[in-house]
Amino acid sequence: MTFLKNFINVLSVASISFIFLSATFAFIVYFCLLDGKVKSKAGVAFIIVGLILATAGLWFLPMFYLSIAYFLSLWGLATLGPRLWDSKTGLWLLIAGAGGFGLSLLDSNFKLIAAKPDNVPIGAMIFLLGIFTWIALRKAYLNDRQIAAGGMTFEKTETNEKLFVWPDLVYTEMLCMIALTIVMIIWSVALRAPLEEAANPTSSPNPAKAPWYFLGLQEMLVYFDPWLAGVVLPTLIIVGLMAIPYIDTNPKGNGYYSFRERKWEIGVFLYGFLVLWSFLIITGTFLRGPNWNFFGPFEFWDPNKLEPLVNVDLSELIWVKALSMPLPKLWIIREAFGLGLILLYLGLAPAAAKGPFRRFYLKMGAPRYYVGAYLFLVMLALPIKMVLRWIFNLKYIVHIQEIFFNI
Amino acid sequence: MTLKQVQEGIVNSQVWKSVFRVGIPNTNRKRVLAVLGSLILHLHPVKVRRSGVRMSYTWCMGGTSFFLFLVETVTGLLLMFYYRPTIEYAFTDIMDLREQAPFGIMREMHRWGAHAMVIAVWLHMFRVFMTGSYKPPREFNWNVGVILLVLTLLLSFTGYLLPWDQLAIWAITVGSNMARATPGAGNEGPMSALIKLGDVPLIHAGDDARFGLIGGRSIGAATLLRFYVLHCMVIPLAAGFLMAIHFWRVRKDGGISGPM
Repeated sequence: MTFLKNFINVLSVASISFIFLSATFAFIVYFCLLDGKVKSKAGVAFIIVGLILATAGLWFLPMFYLSIAYFLSLWGLATLGPRLWDSKTGLWLLIAGAGGFGLSLLDSNFKLIAAKPDNVPIGAMIFLLGIFTWIALRKAYLNDRQIAAGGMTFEKTETNEKLFVWPDLVYTEMLCMIALTIVMIIWSVALRAPLEEAANPTSSPNPAKAPWYFLGLQEMLVYFDPWLAGVVLPTLIIVGLMAIPYIDTNPKGNGYYSFRERKWEIGVFLYGFLVLWSFLIITGTFLRGPNWNFFGPFEFWDPNKLEPLVNVDLSELIWVKALSMPLPKLWIIREAFGLGLILLYLGLAPAAAKGPFRRFYLKMGAPRYYVGAYLFLVMLALPIKMVLRWIFNLKYIVHIQEIFFNI
Repeated sequence: MTLKQVQEGIVNSQVWKSVFRVGIPNTNRKRVLAVLGSLILHLHPVKVRRSGVRMSYTWCMGGTSFFLFLVETVTGLLLMFYYRPTIEYAFTDIMDLREQAPFGIMREMHRWGAHAMVIAVWLHMFRVFMTGSYKPPREFNWNVGVILLVLTLLLSFTGYLLPWDQLAIWAITVGSNMARATPGAGNEGPMSALIKLGDVPLIHAGDDARFGLIGGRSIGAATLLRFYVLHCMVIPLAAGFLMAIHFWRVRKDGGISGPM
């Protein structure tokens, strides 16, 4: 048992990266493009890319099993993905996960964090997200099958069937309210709301954490400066959410569950919502301890844990390490490479409009395409920066401390 | 007297009839009138799609969010009887609330309800996305929903400070430190250093975005009062107003989502 726990602890440090990477890969490539067609050529390419990444991982990432786990997870996702919601497998996995969570509570270190009053709702949220993702995708797959067979979606067959609000809806609402009231009362009686000792501005706790729903943003602070992680990116999340109905011109899938008719929308949204938002919150809540160090789920939160991290800027890597020159004084020369890279990255949108994404460009028109493309690029900047940090210990791509402009 | 006679006696009394015009809605006509004739119920249409009633379709998350908002309003009002938003009393009032006050679970319910509401609102957004219910003609209502989501987070964020314990002030410190980095408006934000008059910087710790948010250079009495007013008056009123629009538009834009 101890061996297993230690194994999970050691593995989990690496697995934050491997879950993240494979999720990124799976959502963007597999969800949007492949739709689980693993037997096709694309599926083979998918596994080959997984292999290459895994081999590269052997060189860059210190831990051997990370690569194995990474590869296996990609392979597993590719082959098992659709079956998770096509049958009840996904539900069984969730139940097994809940069982594992329950068993883990026997461990005192795990219990200390997972059963901390303020963290209880987040534990519940993990399972709610799992269950509802499964319900939504299962319903979508069932509808897709109906559409493929030339039939109507489940919702469409009953769209003309109208019920009287009294009694059908009113009673459902009342039962929901009663159930919720009971849940709230039991929850409130059984579990005391978090209250620590009186505020003391002179003694800061370690770790000092933002309210739990902002922990994804706090996790982003590891990779980006506050002006990006705390101000610009949250603003763009809100703007991006509001822009969704105006960017998405696909007339299909309006008012019913469907996956095949809106692969890209669902892939990108689920990636943003489940991985970039929820997964980072869960990481920030359960796996980030004192000094914002990473801790395995069964690890004791030791405030003296030391993690030697020497992060270097891109300018230093290029000027000092590669060219063996001192850093230029003028920032525009010093950061030329970084700024160039950023410009190249931003140039991906117009380049893709002429190349592989031409059909999107033509279908959406220039304004929609560019707004959507840049929101997407900004969204992808986070996993890209995370990967660069893990592999190269890269701190900043552009580091202009003169005006606090660091990316 | 049998039970039925008692029931009829009540239903036929002048008091009952003055409140409920229709009587027991046991015919279709009366069912329609019951919904139309009630201020609360007429938020609904008279008839809804079958899928609008299915829990597996709607997950009941929009309703849950609204219900939790009501729970928060009621428990919050009760808390306001006891709670004073000053540094001297805030924490001790919370202690009193949970140890001394009758119905001492009100604070518990308020706190847990707030957590649950955040999750419910997310799941509601998730469901609306997965059924594609933001597509025309519902684009505007999706936008209202996004603003409501932000308001929910702000409600929770401002409420987080009020117990004035260690959890509260440090969470808000971490949260509000971000405002320091607002580009062009926070004293540590990019481009802010460029905004100056001669040698005098115009954006500094005493007038930047963070200062405006927390009403001082550090979390203190002014922040507590500010967040209290925002939490109890400004944001709930704004959210209530937007909710009215949200519900109205649900009906105007084709009813609880179903295939358009």
